[in-house]
Amino acid sequence: MTWTHHSLLDVDSLSREEMELLLDQAGHMEELLDRPIKKVPALRGKMVVNIFFEPSTRTRVSFELAEKLLGADAVNWSAAGSSTKKGETLRDTAWTLEAMGADAVVIRHGMPGAPWYLKSKLKRASVFNAGDGAHAHPTQALLDVYTLRKRLGSLDGRRVTIIGDVLHSRVVRSNVQAFTTLGASVVLSGPRTLMPREVEALPATYEPDPHRAVEGSDAVYLLRIQKERAEQGLFPSEDEYHRRYGADRELLARAKEGAFVMHPGPMNRGVEIASVLADGPESLILEQVRSGVAVRMALLYLCLGGGSGS
Amino acid sequence: MKAEDMERSLKRMAHEVVERNRGLEKVALVGIQRRGAPLAQRMADILTKFEGLKPPLGKLDITLYRDDLTLRYPQPLVRGTDVSFDITGQWIVLVDDVIFTGRTARAALDALMDMGRPAGVQLAVLVDRGHRELPIHPDYVGKNLPTSLDELVDVKLQEVDGREEVWICEREEG
Repeated sequence: MTWTHHSLLDVDSLSREEMELLLDQAGHMEELLDRPIKKVPALRGKMVVNIFFEPSTRTRVSFELAEKLLGADAVNWSAAGSSTKKGETLRDTAWTLEAMGADAVVIRHGMPGAPWYLKSKLKRASVFNAGDGAHAHPTQALLDVYTLRKRLGSLDGRRVTIIGDVLHSRVVRSNVQAFTTLGASVVLSGPRTLMPREVEALPATYEPDPHRAVEGSDAVYLLRIQKERAEQGLFPSEDEYHRRYGADRELLARAKEGAFVMHPGPMNRGVEIASVLADGPESLILEQVRSGVAVRMALLYLCLGGGSGS
Repeated sequence: MKAEDMERSLKRMAHEVVERNRGLEKVALVGIQRRGAPLAQRMADILTKFEGLKPPLGKLDITLYRDDLTLRYPQPLVRGTDVSFDITGQWIVLVDDVIFTGRTARAALDALMDMGRPAGVQLAVLVDRGHRELPIHPDYVGKNLPTSLDELVDVKLQEVDGREEVWICEREEG
């Protein structure tokens, strides 16, 4: 098994073997996080630019930490107050970054497909998708499968229920793909108004009733509900959402015994998730955050660590 | 080298470790992944048998400290580090199968120093094949095998390869 990728735009470019290789490498990277000196020189002299056109805290900090722990130079380019505000196109930004000698670009963009466009305009630098519109978020999916696989040993034959705003979620598409690639099945749940029209086309089943959806599940994964969606009339109110779809003890009791609770963050406590679950013994939420650093380190090492292959 | 030769060399080196350090009180063994790790385990077993004292044992992966990462394709994979004791104040015996350029030992020293401040570091190798590129010298050597740069030293261990031998082979072109 040889790793041949230099970029990661979505998880569908990874075979099961490649995904498992990356998760195994991430296991070794996680061990570094416990050392007194966490930094290693594997990517010394590499320059990685984090360019975020949308606000993000944990993904940006997680990538930045992963870059720094591997010894790369991390540069943050925030879109607010940058040349983008002055009207620079993404193409010119790409060329500027490459002229500065960037070895890799981590991009978060509101427009689906932006990382693919950026990649097409760069001659040499790697591109990592840190979330594009409501399309894909591959490193989130990888850290989620890493976290659950670590707890369960293998995801083969396991069942994961994802509840919430599937329509506006960049997380869910990559997650469905990653979980099914590793042999798990996925059930989606949430109000019909927050489901994409083509929900049946995803390699998952849709069950509108969350209490039925979680039956037999090894993990219950909650998606963030944004306040604006109620204002758009997609559901009546946050309180009402919580009563019908919010995860609490009663909902979790319907899942498999010992089922885990996951959330990509940031959480709206009392909306999609009750605090008693977020802080409970079944919660993997903080483990997901920790895994994120390890998984991104493994990805950066595999894509940037070796020679060019020429 | 045959299995018996390898075992004799390991036994002798284990005794030299005790002699040089006047016992095992502050000695710990750390094997360099991949074939140094089982060799360190065997030396620890020999020491336990002869001295009645089990030295702390660890394994060290030096992949992320290599100086040739940007030259290698595909990149080497990380196999994991497991040093679960505090190395500070200990005499660390690094164990590897072959010493060649000395660059692996250099990387291992860097990796070790990031984990603490050992009282000192010694190096034990099953085979010294010469051609050093750095000022590094092993303290314990199983066998000196003079080689040319066109040759490879191939160490096979039961734990990793399912058989036990050391060969010198011609480097294959390509």
